Amino acid sequence: MSIMTEAEAKTILDKVIALSTADECTAQLDGTIDGNIRFALNNVSTSGVISNIDLGVQVAFGKRVGAATINEFSDAALARVVKRAEDLAKLAPENPEFMPAVGPQTYRATNTFSAATAAITPENRAEIARASIAPCKSQNLIAAGFLNDNQSFTAFANSNGAFGYQRSTEMDYTCTVRTEDGTGSGWVARNLQDASTFNVDSDIQIAMRKASASRDAQALEPGKYTVILEPAAAAGLISFMFNFFDARSADEGRSFLSKAGGGNKIGEQVFDPRVNVYSDPGHAETPALPWDGDGLPRERVNIVENGVVRNLGYSRYWADKQGKPQMAQPGNIIMEGGSKSTSDLVRETERGILVTRTWYIRMVDPQTVLLTGLTRDGTFYIENGELKYPLKNFRFNESPVIMLNNIDELGRSVRVGDDGPTMMIPPMRVRDFTFTSLSDAV
Amino acid sequence: MDRRSFLAACGIGAGGLLLPGFAGRAIAESQLVETIDIAVKKRLADAGLSAASAAGASYCDVRVGRYLRQFVITREANVQNIVNTESIGTGVRVIADGAWGFAATNDMTAEAVAEAARLATAIAKANARNQTQPVQLAPTPGVGEVSWKTPIRRNAMEVPIAEKVELLLGVNAAAMAAGANFVNSQLFLVNEQKYFASSDGSYIDQDVHRIWAPMSVTVIDQTSGKFRSRQGLSAPMGLGYEYLEGRAEDKLESANGAVISYGMSYDMREDAVAAARQAREKLTAKSVEPGQYDLVLDPDHLGLTIHESVGHPLELDRVLGYEANYAGTSFATLDKRESRFQYGSEIVNLFADKTQPGSLGAVEYDDEGVKTKQWDLIKDGKLVDYQATRDQVHILGKTASDGCSYADSWSTVQFQRMANVSLKPGTQPMTRNDMISNVENGIYILGRGSFSIDQQRYNAQFGGTLFYEIKNGEITQPLEDVAYQMRTPEFWNACSAICDESDYRMFGSFFDGKGQPSQVSAVSHGSSSTRFDKINVINTARSLG
Repeated sequence: MSIMTEAEAKTILDKVIALSTADECTAQLDGTIDGNIRFALNNVSTSGVISNIDLGVQVAFGKRVGAATINEFSDAALARVVKRAEDLAKLAPENPEFMPAVGPQTYRATNTFSAATAAITPENRAEIARASIAPCKSQNLIAAGFLNDNQSFTAFANSNGAFGYQRSTEMDYTCTVRTEDGTGSGWVARNLQDASTFNVDSDIQIAMRKASASRDAQALEPGKYTVILEPAAAAGLISFMFNFFDARSADEGRSFLSKAGGGNKIGEQVFDPRVNVYSDPGHAETPALPWDGDGLPRERVNIVENGVVRNLGYSRYWADKQGKPQMAQPGNIIMEGGSKSTSDLVRETERGILVTRTWYIRMVDPQTVLLTGLTRDGTFYIENGELKYPLKNFRFNESPVIMLNNIDELGRSVRVGDDGPTMMIPPMRVRDFTFTSLSDAV
Repeated sequence: MDRRSFLAACGIGAGGLLLPGFAGRAIAESQLVETIDIAVKKRLADAGLSAASAAGASYCDVRVGRYLRQFVITREANVQNIVNTESIGTGVRVIADGAWGFAATNDMTAEAVAEAARLATAIAKANARNQTQPVQLAPTPGVGEVSWKTPIRRNAMEVPIAEKVELLLGVNAAAMAAGANFVNSQLFLVNEQKYFASSDGSYIDQDVHRIWAPMSVTVIDQTSGKFRSRQGLSAPMGLGYEYLEGRAEDKLESANGAVISYGMSYDMREDAVAAARQAREKLTAKSVEPGQYDLVLDPDHLGLTIHESVGHPLELDRVLGYEANYAGTSFATLDKRESRFQYGSEIVNLFADKTQPGSLGAVEYDDEGVKTKQWDLIKDGKLVDYQATRDQVHILGKTASDGCSYADSWSTVQFQRMANVSLKPGTQPMTRNDMISNVENGIYILGRGSFSIDQQRYNAQFGGTLFYEIKNGEITQPLEDVAYQMRTPEFWNACSAICDESDYRMFGSFFDGKGQPSQVSAVSHGSSSTRFDKINVINTARSLG
């Protein structure tokens, strides 16, 4: 019952809108079925399924806004939640930045749903855990991992006539494999919308190979090095930076995208000309909902074109105040790359360092987006196109802005899950990446 | 911190409905002061306990929880968001055939709780089939029907919203009048009404309160494009609204009057004015020369260093490898406890506790019914113990749990979470100003800044909010672009002086994330100002060209 059909959802949303006496009303239904399994020390530790469905109602009297949620859908319950939202709105202070709800919109459906992902069962999850653990056990390795799969629907309607309904799926698998003596560690991650392409048997081999190959790591003096960042490693820094692609903070002078003297850097060359980033809800591998949180329709939009900043995110209030068109917030980030794999990039590297994963990344200086963090689970020295030996992990202090000006070559983009919108990020070879200290951590 | 939840709570997330990213339904302000009748909770708990026993469980605990949160979020003269949420339901955990099982329901009827208990027992029996070692639960005596409440003087949930809005908008106006270009201020209030019952014979009713009043003040030099922010110097606390009284006896002024620090209460308006002035100073402050310095770390900074380099590596589940795929493992392996590893210098004594009044972790009983206590982790610089729950302590040869089990909701499984981990004050009389007067070439660091540490907790880098140069025993000028890098054992072994109890204050972490799926917890870290010798400081200034 957590996943409603479009007709079921619309019936409830229409009732809510009709019940409201406020100046405007927006209602949203979100239903999810989340399945997960967690394992560590070559044993399953927890597994579960969490189903949930919520109705959120937001109403406004003038610029006074109130919101309430409920998880029952009888007529009496719907009346209660609308009344509660209206009571809260009447007591709320006026929000000077209030924007009226959007009017009727046309949304082009995107392919966010995969039947294969929605069909994952507890038995499938147990099998994935078993297929992760068994090969590790046989080679005296220790696996710890997590699989989370999700199917959901979201539907919203407002009193100005906007309505949207769509179903989505996602699965995210990560596994850390360590050697028994704790001197080697490898990792693999796979984030997919369509689970039918997931192959645990080949993925677990990646983590196992890295665990075994990373034993007895050697120390290399910290400094500036040519690095090959695998997509997940690069994504850690790049996703952080895109959190600050916000027009308001740039216009207010508190962003790396603020211009000295006022204004923002839209139209300015900020990155290497090979950097091209866009958002597209219809992207085949990383589709996003066709509307954003405000109900604005998402379209393909260029964010960085040939290294030039083309678009920043505008809230509806800020766009209105600045006389800009209303544009939806992006639902994904796609960084274009080339055609080469990480292995191809390694083969063509005379000297450098391969980084599997970046970890515990934090902002050091928002003025320059200087980030610090560490390498983890497979760092290797490359010489004459080959992985020569494993390296001790490094701490880096690097800005993704500087990093994306020091590009040597971009490989083929792959889908990466992160703590935000899904992304397509290429592996990349980057010059002068700044490692500032060594870590003994494995 | 669980960043996504935090951003969503601040209204910085996806936009749309003004709902927070935490589980819960939005409720009216008046409902924040309601409680559930204890007889109702006992009836639900007994239904769960009986059903689990009948289904074949050898142990059962039932947690009936009502979790309340209020967020008031402002910037400059605007209230951006006010949200009240409630999450209510029951979680049942059992042991059957030697394995754990868990199920939860938001249906507050005896039948639904009994059904959850039966489901949990079935899950436990299914899990038992692949279990290699049966769960060993350390004995915990039943305590009968007892209750406990965070010792607060003013329930923040009872304070009218208008008073909170007036406070924050007053704080913002004071910062703007003092020269700020922007100011964000918030109130985060939490009340956990938790009822725990177990087949050991405990019925424990607890009413837990927490408060946090974060603030960020930003100044801009538009000509150069330079900007700097100064965060508030408050700490999240296990206190009521009285924390915001800003009492004179809770203020501590540094030697040259550069900084006022706060203890058991906080003057937010005063700090906002100081923040605007200090943020402006940062624009022109001297950029630090990299090199080795003696660091004097204020408690509102050192708390985070303790959290990352002592609190996390001494969690037994991390040490054993249960968190290997996410938070990581630990360098402080079991053999280091056996050999009494020299974690720090001889003056370093770090203890875990769940009892300090005003701390975020303070409760009378943990989430598996264990009476809380204080215990040593590092004694005279040596590693002596870890933090462990009922099903782990046997690994350490102990017969009683440390009492540090916690779940962030009725719907999540309790597991080992960090207790308050604190540094004992020095035994010799020494004030913060005494300490600074003995430093020839150093940096005094206050407040939280960027923090990052590796997955085994060896290599860390910390920034801060405020940095002051110390030359020949005097604070001479503010510094900028400071971060220090450390290796945990060397850092704690470089500890050369700790101020006495008069300087002891608490730092807090409101959203500490752990586990998959991730859960948050809140924890405090007390210390007095502490000196570390010859620590590597880097300069973090960069140019984007």
